Amino acid sequence: MGEAALKLPNIRINEKLCKGCSICVDFCPTNVLEIKGTVVAVKDLAACTRCQLCDLRCPDFAISVID
Amino acid sequence: MSEGTVAKKQKLSVPFDYDKYLRPKKLPHIWCPGCGHGIVLKALLRAIEASGLNKDDICMVSGIGCSSRTPGYVDFNTMHSLHGRAFAFATGIKFAKPNMKVIVITGDGDALAIGGNHFIHTCRRNIDLTVLVYTNAIYGMTGGQYSPTTPLGDIATTSRYGNIEPPFDACKMAEAAGASFVARGTAYHTLELEKTILEAIKHKGTSVVDIIDACPTYYGRMNKYKSATHMMEVIEKDGTVSVKQADKLPPEKLEGKLLRGVLYKTDRPEYCEQYATQVMGKATGK
Repeated sequence: MGEAALKLPNIRINEKLCKGCSICVDFCPTNVLEIKGTVVAVKDLAACTRCQLCDLRCPDFAISVID
Repeated sequence: MSEGTVAKKQKLSVPFDYDKYLRPKKLPHIWCPGCGHGIVLKALLRAIEASGLNKDDICMVSGIGCSSRTPGYVDFNTMHSLHGRAFAFATGIKFAKPNMKVIVITGDGDALAIGGNHFIHTCRRNIDLTVLVYTNAIYGMTGGQYSPTTPLGDIATTSRYGNIEPPFDACKMAEAAGASFVARGTAYHTLELEKTILEAIKHKGTSVVDIIDACPTYYGRMNKYKSATHMMEVIEKDGTVSVKQADKLPPEKLEGKLLRGVLYKTDRPEYCEQYATQVMGKATGK
């Protein structure tokens, strides 16, 4: 049922730049992200709606959602 | 409607290649985890891309402070000057190279306290500078002393029993001093901020944008904010109202809130132009 049409987004995280402030985790409307150790990690990629809020509000140039 | 939905509808430039305008070797930047300065810098870079300006035609000048570290990370002509004196240096650069787009990055302490006089006279002359004042209500770099925008009663390392000095409104002061474009944005409303900065860059004359952002390390911790996100929601989202909505809201809902958006815009003769035509024109007899 249309599963083939579902293309998962590509969330690119630069772990060298991430400071683990958790702004992206807190603002994500579908809880895609989590803090693992000191940096952010993807928890549930399928839930991502590509809203780009994490990219827009990340202060550290560390995360972006590439289609 | 959340900002994310807005991003999709407007087809804005996210994902955006920030590396084009950055000095990637200088990253990660020195700002603390959760500091709003990075969010503002990203909005500024997107606005610069939208303005179509060439990297070599931009000069970024700053004073001293956390905000003033910005020019170190961007690949324009940059200058890190003295505390509060960014306006004086920027005026010199604009005067020597009138075709250069000069952007002044300054903090609330830098612009309104130690550089207060320079700020006022830059606005009065209406010289073509884009001034971004990062207002985080604290001196972050030196350890969290209260600044001219710290709200009454708030705690800082120099006001352990609560601040008793009434804060400045940077926008009202800029307008009163004569700036021809005055606006306010927040790091939370980052898309709106991008548009506001773009409008400021395009405006000819002194354009002041007061940008509310958060200092979670000093201001946040001393004033019992739980996290950077909490600060963004309380100070930036709930503490401000868009000028477009403000007309429709009853006065009691506007109490204690700052207005966001373009607050004042007028056309007034620009200083460099006036100098070229009225002073140099007469002096050289042309």
